Amino acid sequence: MSTGTGRRPLTPALNRLVVTEARLLLREPLSVGLGMLLPTAILLGIGAIPVTREPSPEFGGLRFVEIWAPTALVLGMGILCVQHLPSVLATYRENGVLRRMSTTPVHPGMVLAAQLAVVFAATVASGLLLVLSAWLVLDVEPPRQPLLFAAAFLVGSASLIALGTLVAAVAPSASASNGMSMVLYMFLMLVGGVFLPRVFLPDVLVRMGEFTPPGVQLLLESWSGTADASGLSQLVQLAIMAGVAVAAAVLAARLFRWE
Amino acid sequence: MPIIDVRNLHKRYGEKVAVDDVSFSVEEGEIFGILGPNGAGKTTTVECVAGLRPVDGGAVSVLGRDPRLHRDEVRERLGVQLQEARLPDRIRVGEALRLYASFYRSPADPDQLMEMLRITDKRDTAYRKLSGGQKQRVSIALALVGRPTVAVLDELTTGLDPQARRETWDLVESVRDSGVTIVLVTHFMDEAERLCDRLALIDQGRVAALDTPAGLVDRADPEQRVTFRVPAGFDERLLTGLPEVSSAHRDGGRLRVTGRGNLLHAVTSVLAREHVLAEDLRVERSNLDDAFVALTGRSLR
Repeated sequence: MSTGTGRRPLTPALNRLVVTEARLLLREPLSVGLGMLLPTAILLGIGAIPVTREPSPEFGGLRFVEIWAPTALVLGMGILCVQHLPSVLATYRENGVLRRMSTTPVHPGMVLAAQLAVVFAATVASGLLLVLSAWLVLDVEPPRQPLLFAAAFLVGSASLIALGTLVAAVAPSASASNGMSMVLYMFLMLVGGVFLPRVFLPDVLVRMGEFTPPGVQLLLESWSGTADASGLSQLVQLAIMAGVAVAAAVLAARLFRWE
Repeated sequence: MPIIDVRNLHKRYGEKVAVDDVSFSVEEGEIFGILGPNGAGKTTTVECVAGLRPVDGGAVSVLGRDPRLHRDEVRERLGVQLQEARLPDRIRVGEALRLYASFYRSPADPDQLMEMLRITDKRDTAYRKLSGGQKQRVSIALALVGRPTVAVLDELTTGLDPQARRETWDLVESVRDSGVTIVLVTHFMDEAERLCDRLALIDQGRVAALDTPAGLVDRADPEQRVTFRVPAGFDERLLTGLPEVSSAHRDGGRLRVTGRGNLLHAVTSVLAREHVLAEDLRVERSNLDDAFVALTGRSLR
């Protein structure tokens, strides 16, 4: 055989995989609609009601749209990272997409890497759209602590992506994966204040927002600039999200079944 | 050097022996068949050849390399079409080919490949919108996009309608004619008979026989039968005297003549000489189905 033993450069394959996976995501009407557009649509819809744009002493002098904006953010992050991602990965495994790739010189781990990158990019796009529309349309100030907000968003997304991958790793089938991710999603959304605004949640659920991915409390604090003195410090919240992300990622990597 | 060499392959899943003892070698330029009933160990065998599974015993070499130790090298030159491996629903045919082309050092031109497989008009069609036959063509295209020396095609025509099956067979022959050695895994006798130069009959994890299709049939049952309707007064002793004929029986209005060698010619010569008009003349030979039963004592399906 004349083809030498050097490994082929991986970049062309990875680039092509990222481009292809990005196109596939954009062709998925549910994921684009629910994950990327719906959070902004809901926030703008709520903001269309005048009373939600009035500062209220009930919300510590903030307006309801400001209090609820991080929840809208969490809604989109959850759809993309906890619903869409595991569903795609489990389907790829079930339908033999990963198996087919493992017959080529490129390891199926590359399609996983591409998928994570694309989902992360979509989450960032969804978040940017929300922050910008809230600012331009509803006059919600952009994050007061931009660095901390960016870090919270990044680490929060990473924790959800790791959890989503963990679901795909352990689920025996695509339908089991969908069931598991639905339960996880419902729980995260409850804590995130999607079903009931967090100001009306019992105290224990509000506290859980400090250490349940993606960390809705930290997103709120860094966005509105109002630290809750009685809660965990911001860096501790950030560290908790990072810890969840690393632990879930390590578990997912150890448990992931390729077929 | 054989293209693929499998020696005493043994593979277990826990207690269950999937492949007991399988040996064969595939020579350059042939269509080599691996034939056997479902669960005989065919797919496990090709998965070991493709390096997807470690072997528990024996040795596998592809182009002189160990597919587990030299994964990248073997994967560059071995194309594999796996049974029931799908693509993402919304990926388009052209996209899938370009994607898989990017996995190889010197890939085929996706456009030419689509031309050859007659799926050019499906370039922008989503995978889920394709018919079963079109999906199989895409699958073959993906197995060929790395310009492999040898391609493994597993259960290529399962689930296809008769028309699509015949088209797929033509395709496999044209791929071989383009210089690619082919390993064809199938449980269809007619497919193996039509396409394969040689084949390994696998049963319960072992090679029951390895020969050309005609050789296998011959080995199992060298006799042929000629049957036809004859006028009532015909004397079958005219035929039983021939060296090619071993027996002739009347069965209602039909005469059934059994023998070997050039039986048909011997029988028709006598009929012509005697001016006997034989109606509804048929030649029966055992096929691979019968050969499988004869060689393994079990039915293929």
